[in-house]
Amino acid sequence: MTSTDTAATAQNSAAPDLPGLARQARWQVIKTVTNAKAGHIGGPLSMMDLLVSLYFGELRIRPEEPDWPERDRFILSKGHAAIGLYSVMALRGFLDIDELATFDKGDSRLQGHPDLTRLPGLDASTGSLGQGLSVGVGMALGARLAQKDFHTWVLLGDGEIQEGMVWEAVQVAARYQLTSLTAIIDRNGLQQFGLPSTDLTTHTDRGDRRDPWFGVDLSAVFQAFGWRVVELDGHDYEQIAAAYRLARAGDPNGRPTVLIAHTVKGKGLSLAEGLHTWHSIVPTKEDFEKARSELEPDEIDLLDSYPHRAPAGVDGADSPTSMNGAEA
Amino acid sequence: MKAMRDVWGEKLVQLGDSDPRTVVLDGDLANSTKADKFARAHPDRFFQMGIAEQNLIGAAAGLASVGFVPWTSSFTVFLTHRAIDPIRMLVAQTYANVKIAGSYSGLLIGAVGKTHLDVQDLAIMRAMPGIVVLAPADETELVSMMDWATVHEGPVYLRLVRDAVPDLVGSDYSFTPGAVHQLRSGNEVTLVSTGPQTSRVLTASDQLAASGVSVSVVHVPCIKPVDSDALLDAVGDVPLVVTVEEHSIYGGLGSLVAELLTANRSAPRVVRIGIDDTWGESAGNDFMLAKHGLSAGRISERVRSLLPSRVAG
Repeated sequence: MTSTDTAATAQNSAAPDLPGLARQARWQVIKTVTNAKAGHIGGPLSMMDLLVSLYFGELRIRPEEPDWPERDRFILSKGHAAIGLYSVMALRGFLDIDELATFDKGDSRLQGHPDLTRLPGLDASTGSLGQGLSVGVGMALGARLAQKDFHTWVLLGDGEIQEGMVWEAVQVAARYQLTSLTAIIDRNGLQQFGLPSTDLTTHTDRGDRRDPWFGVDLSAVFQAFGWRVVELDGHDYEQIAAAYRLARAGDPNGRPTVLIAHTVKGKGLSLAEGLHTWHSIVPTKEDFEKARSELEPDEIDLLDSYPHRAPAGVDGADSPTSMNGAEA
Repeated sequence: MKAMRDVWGEKLVQLGDSDPRTVVLDGDLANSTKADKFARAHPDRFFQMGIAEQNLIGAAAGLASVGFVPWTSSFTVFLTHRAIDPIRMLVAQTYANVKIAGSYSGLLIGAVGKTHLDVQDLAIMRAMPGIVVLAPADETELVSMMDWATVHEGPVYLRLVRDAVPDLVGSDYSFTPGAVHQLRSGNEVTLVSTGPQTSRVLTASDQLAASGVSVSVVHVPCIKPVDSDALLDAVGDVPLVVTVEEHSIYGGLGSLVAELLTANRSAPRVVRIGIDDTWGESAGNDFMLAKHGLSAGRISERVRSLLPSRVAG
């Protein structure tokens, strides 16, 4: 039996202020959903540190050339967390922050679930859950066949992986030894409604809901399917960066990599943390003000300073191997 | 006369020879669909997705997004039914350049029964914005459609049958999307059909003509898009239109024709022959065609019964 790899401590990452960016992105999520009176909050917040670390620390992408053929592919398979992705893409320069206000409105590029026909920079349309990993399998197969060295990243929810199609992709990825494919599981332990917790299942911080995978060793499941598994704290930037480096380097034993990132649903907003009721909700005025006090950037000009100005060193076009760190 | 699946498999090999973007994703049925020919000729571009059709479609969309032209290899029913959500989301809604080849469509797929029969595929795929829906009648038409599909940027659904089918279109045939083909001209009744069923309709029309009925026959190989004006012209000014398809009478060719005709002020009577809201069974081809009114004899019989009675000659 293979033992689970552990994401070790990252090297010092120089440039981007990841916690600051994540806080801004979380604030944009709350603000946008409140204004749109629609959208999701819990999921976007739980994955935010993973996403900011990807877009500002790992992905080889060119916001000014979103269809750059050599770019890394990223698929947000848990498409209902779209507003989280749009917020990060806005901070990264794929769109103006102001455009977030069009979220969920008619004719907007920012649909309730990601639509690649509308917004450049999206590599897949998602929202019907469980489909993204299959697209990633195709991209990784295509990369190998075309002899391209981009990496394909797919972010899934831990509720989402109840879908059977995910496990179809899991077995094919292992059979084809797709080392350039990485699945990231936002393991927040909650889903939209789920099952009520019982005496047996209540030993988490998830309120009255049980973990969708209670009693299942997900790590062992993926390993048994032939995947390399890395478990990490999905809110610890150093662990995240180290796990991403490990994933990109590829498993010497030819397995695809899954990063099981333990997260807290609603992370960063004290009202929402660990509560399934914040999966999809429009904050009240009081909650919105509370969120503002917790999340709104101290210096308002931060919002203007980040878009279109990628911190040095994160554009893979300039330094294609800079993120290709040694295996942790 | 070659089995349609052999024609498909051999043409795939050719496309693989001439276009390095051609890839095939199989759902563990390559030796039935005859994609195994491609697997032997181009093993590096043949992907075995196993018995998992949803992922097959998703992976095809992924391969298309990085510049390949993926063809699927499975039975129609497992694609248009089992994998319909990935087709809807990942192929149709994104206009992905995926060629969905649905083998073993219709009634004539060997004695496998209703589990494997697909007589709803046209209804399902027709309702899917963005997909071109094709039903070739014979070898020449299939090959021409595949040449067209591989160049066309966007999703295509290709309805294939298993067995050999008689030649219908001439050797100079060239597929044009939307085009309809008038094969016989008459003024009492117009028979409209698609796929290999058109050949049986043609035989039926000869039987009818021999008994003095003036019959038009229209072949509609492209269910979507269709050139509506051309179809209305070809149907002509007749009092009776009979559609005939190896498909449910709901949502397929019959519905298409009825929808177009009834949008006009004075529509002729439209009778739809096809699978009449029932499931299939395990049986041989002749049994199936006769039971569902799709053999040439049953068609001509039915049409005669719909025409005003005439004195027997």
